[in-house]
Amino acid sequence: MEEIVENFAAEEVKPPVASVGVMGWVKENLFKGWFNSFLTVVILYLLFKVIPSIFEWMFIDSVWSTTGEGCREAAGACWSVITDNLRFIIFGFYPYDQQWRPLIAMFLLFGLLFYSRNRKHWNRHLAYGWLFGLFAMGLLMRGGMFGLSTVESTKWGGLPLTLLLSVFGLTAAYPLGVILALGRQSKMPAIKILCVVYIELIRGVPLISLLFMGSIIFPLFLPEGITIDKIVRAQVAIILFTAAYIAEVVRGGLQGMSRGQYEAAESLGLSYYLTMRLVILPQALKIVIPPTVSILISAFKDTSLVAIIALFDLLRTTQTVLSHPKWMGFSPEAYLFIAILYFLGCFSMANYGRKLEKELSTEY
Amino acid sequence: MFALSSASIEKIPFWLDPKKRSIIAQVVVLIMFGLLAWYLVSTTLGNLGKQGIATGFGFLDRESAFEIGESLIPYSAADTYARALLVGVLNTLRVALVGIVLTIILGAFIGIARLSGNWLVSKLAGIYIEVMQDIPVLLQLFFWYAIFYGMLPSPRQALNPIKGLFLCNRGMIFAVPQLHPSHKYIFLAFILGCVLVYFLRHWAISHQARTGKALPVFKISVIILVGFPLLTWVAFGAPTHMDHPKLHGFNFKGGVTLSPEFMALLLGLVLYTAAFVAEVVRAGIQSVGKGQREAAMSIGLKPGQVLPLVILPQALRVITPPLTSQMLNLTKNSSLAVAIGYPDFVSVANTTINQTGQSIEGVALIMAVYLIFSLSTSAFMNWYNKRVALVER
Amino acid sequence: MKKFKFGAILSVMLVFVVTGLVMAGTLEGVKARGHLIAGVNGSVFGFSMPDDKGNWKGLDVDTAKAIAAAVFGNANKVKFTALTAVQRLPALQSKEIDVLCRNTTQTLTRETTNGLNFCQVNFYDGQGFLVPKKLGVKSATELGGATVCVLPGTTTELNVADFFRKNKMKWKPVVIEQTAELSKAFFAGRCDCLTSDASQLAAHRSVAPNPDDYVLLPEIISKEPLAPVVRHGDDQWYDIVDWTVMALIQAEEFGITSKNVDKMLKSQDPQIQRFLGVTPGMGKALGLDDKWVYNIIKQVGNYGEIFERNVGPNTPLKLERGQNDLWINGGLMYAAPFR
Repeated sequence: MEEIVENFAAEEVKPPVASVGVMGWVKENLFKGWFNSFLTVVILYLLFKVIPSIFEWMFIDSVWSTTGEGCREAAGACWSVITDNLRFIIFGFYPYDQQWRPLIAMFLLFGLLFYSRNRKHWNRHLAYGWLFGLFAMGLLMRGGMFGLSTVESTKWGGLPLTLLLSVFGLTAAYPLGVILALGRQSKMPAIKILCVVYIELIRGVPLISLLFMGSIIFPLFLPEGITIDKIVRAQVAIILFTAAYIAEVVRGGLQGMSRGQYEAAESLGLSYYLTMRLVILPQALKIVIPPTVSILISAFKDTSLVAIIALFDLLRTTQTVLSHPKWMGFSPEAYLFIAILYFLGCFSMANYGRKLEKELSTEY
Repeated sequence: MFALSSASIEKIPFWLDPKKRSIIAQVVVLIMFGLLAWYLVSTTLGNLGKQGIATGFGFLDRESAFEIGESLIPYSAADTYARALLVGVLNTLRVALVGIVLTIILGAFIGIARLSGNWLVSKLAGIYIEVMQDIPVLLQLFFWYAIFYGMLPSPRQALNPIKGLFLCNRGMIFAVPQLHPSHKYIFLAFILGCVLVYFLRHWAISHQARTGKALPVFKISVIILVGFPLLTWVAFGAPTHMDHPKLHGFNFKGGVTLSPEFMALLLGLVLYTAAFVAEVVRAGIQSVGKGQREAAMSIGLKPGQVLPLVILPQALRVITPPLTSQMLNLTKNSSLAVAIGYPDFVSVANTTINQTGQSIEGVALIMAVYLIFSLSTSAFMNWYNKRVALVER
Repeated sequence: MKKFKFGAILSVMLVFVVTGLVMAGTLEGVKARGHLIAGVNGSVFGFSMPDDKGNWKGLDVDTAKAIAAAVFGNANKVKFTALTAVQRLPALQSKEIDVLCRNTTQTLTRETTNGLNFCQVNFYDGQGFLVPKKLGVKSATELGGATVCVLPGTTTELNVADFFRKNKMKWKPVVIEQTAELSKAFFAGRCDCLTSDASQLAAHRSVAPNPDDYVLLPEIISKEPLAPVVRHGDDQWYDIVDWTVMALIQAEEFGITSKNVDKMLKSQDPQIQRFLGVTPGMGKALGLDDKWVYNIIKQVGNYGEIFERNVGPNTPLKLERGQNDLWINGGLMYAAPFR
């Protein structure tokens, strides 16, 4: 036994070429066993068949800036449906010569979001920044001051509307959801029951029914003479809907806290508010970052449902373009384009969520 | 807290007594809630009354006078609104049930692919999950619907990939066995087989407990479930006559037609939800530690037994709750059918609201029906979870 | 920080929440608000549809503009809200809009159980069928077994069900809520025929990739008087909308157009003097400015001009006047006397 070992050591055998480097990786990850090899070959063949033709359709045979007629003759994709109608798809009915305003507002929003990515920047100044930024965006969109002409919310549409519904939907639903979760964990039976009923009721019905309720029934609830903007009603429906889901997620986090945490806080003499604010919530909310992010992503995607109640969000403006005689029949191209926009939004949210999770978990 | 430190004080002011304070808070909340509800109801009734808008569910008995594109039960424009709505409920259940089965199959498949040792397979599954999760389902529905009616040929030039199956912009039409008296008995034989398998399993477990010998229950079950109906079929002389679809007038006659709306809805929902189910399945399988497999091997279980006896029962416990909520999501998302013209419940209710002008009743019906779906599913799953829950000793 | 954020959200929310207190009468409410809110379809070419710059165009749109001109003397003081079929009646009932100009058919049920009032008809229509030429169908009675594209929740949907029932024919509806999506499906061949009001069929055909490939079948299976709609119980507002449409018709009868209206102010005809407010009285009676008709005609034009501009022979719709011609030309457009 010992001899054999010595022999090996003496000869200093290098590992076989097939188990290191590129070859090794390929063998290990693509051709391990006959079944894997078979799968790899089949998939490679399919990719080889499919990708070039998609590439050809998307880039080589496609047309980028022609009229609708030119598109009908093209063999590939007709991206002109996007390039020709980009301003309507993005801005909807916003007055044509004023469209720089939503554009700046959107850049402002992206800028703020980008700046806020870094947790080192999270301080009071940033809060003021957001306060100012949101105000400026509202001012830009609505106008009526500083020489800007007023643009009623009925004319808002496209991407700014989608972003508006998302940003306010998410920021307002989150605290509401936390409050509901706390209410559900409350020791007061009346509050607990109200919260449970609310959460289960909302989670049991599809968002579209809430949007219907907001758009066609809610006005009948109001006393005569008071009307609330259509966009706001849809916005409230989205907030109420998302809050119920966030509440369930946060409840999971609260249930994950051990009793010791509550007892420790109580023994320090902290009140209920301080216990939650300083001890329980910071831990509980951190545990539930991954599911919260996925709820927020769903909420972002769900804003597209307002297209059904005739709000001209990104999806609806695109469909309007597609119903013009010139552009009828180019749905795949147009839908692909907005799919990419949504994908970028969701993907960056998901990535940020993962990053945040990692940062927070290494802190302790 | 206060009671401890201030035992000498006779009376605590009520606003400092946590018990009384909580009661007061609750009463205040309840009163506010009640006032709000009363206010809403009274203003609504006032508004309706002032404008002379009809209320109540009296319209349910009236003749609907509109047609519905596809229905599982006989329906015509001469039937009542109530029946029209029932058609809608059944259509919703149809797409939801078929969708759930397909989603679980596809989701499990992709979830396992994601864990594959093959880099290519795993990456592709990962891309699929990421892309599908990040595109709104409504957009996907529109996309598939546009593909179905825009890309497929008209009935006269229908694609006919295999005998008895046609694909055109009217949907997918395929041949089904022609109705035969034997079908009833074949179905009965299948039911009988199910009952038999149920008892067989029970007996096999007790048999194993007594003697230590395991029976090949799975193989026997399959033989019973397939064999019984097959024998009945042969006993009736093996009728093979098929009901082939034929082009007749505008559309196909005979066979079974799945409309483009149904297929687009099904495809959109399944592809979208499967991405979420795949993640659930992956997490479930990963949650079962490696040690479990090794332990199972070390007590002498065969590789074929490890998965069903050790891994799966544990993974299922993790998978079931999120899987249930995904299934409910699929059911709720099926309400988007209204956008692409599949006559699901929301779509029929929508038409009803429109014809009767009674929006409050209509939306209340929509909410009630989905609540019943959700609550009954949750009740069933709670019962199931309790049954399979780990009993910690 | 959280508090600040919350305050920020609240304050910005307030900017967006438009809560307008409308007075007892719709007219006062509209005047106080400073603009009219009209509900329109939003996706029917020739009636109401935004152009590629987002400006609303169409016959219904012009009707609403005429009302704005009557109330404010400015045809542009009107905001349009696109409504789906299911939203239109609740939107009016709940006062979200002041008037509904959305090719809505006057029916008994709608005037009674839905609490609405229909004003003077601004378009007489009837339901027909549009089929591809290559189908070879000559009459609607040959449509047995057909798949029919139809808008849900409209009188159309009921009429077509009645028609097929009466003729004992089988059919299959495909109902899609959004007009645009519906016509796309039809042109892609999802259905054998599309049924709707004849004018809308012309509109749909005009947006077809190849309009000449489609024909309208001769049968008209229903009467569809399309009119602006207001709420029950506000007679003054009803009168204003009603007489605005009549003024459009009467102006055409008088031969007053947007081009010659200034010259017509000097007309010696006492009827025209009354009509244009040269002799005061008519406007005041409605609670409007006496120049209301002048403003309408000057800024929007008479009914004939509106028709020609939006749906007439020189537009893609290529509609003849037919029933919508003046009564003196054998049509149904008839305004009560202005006196």
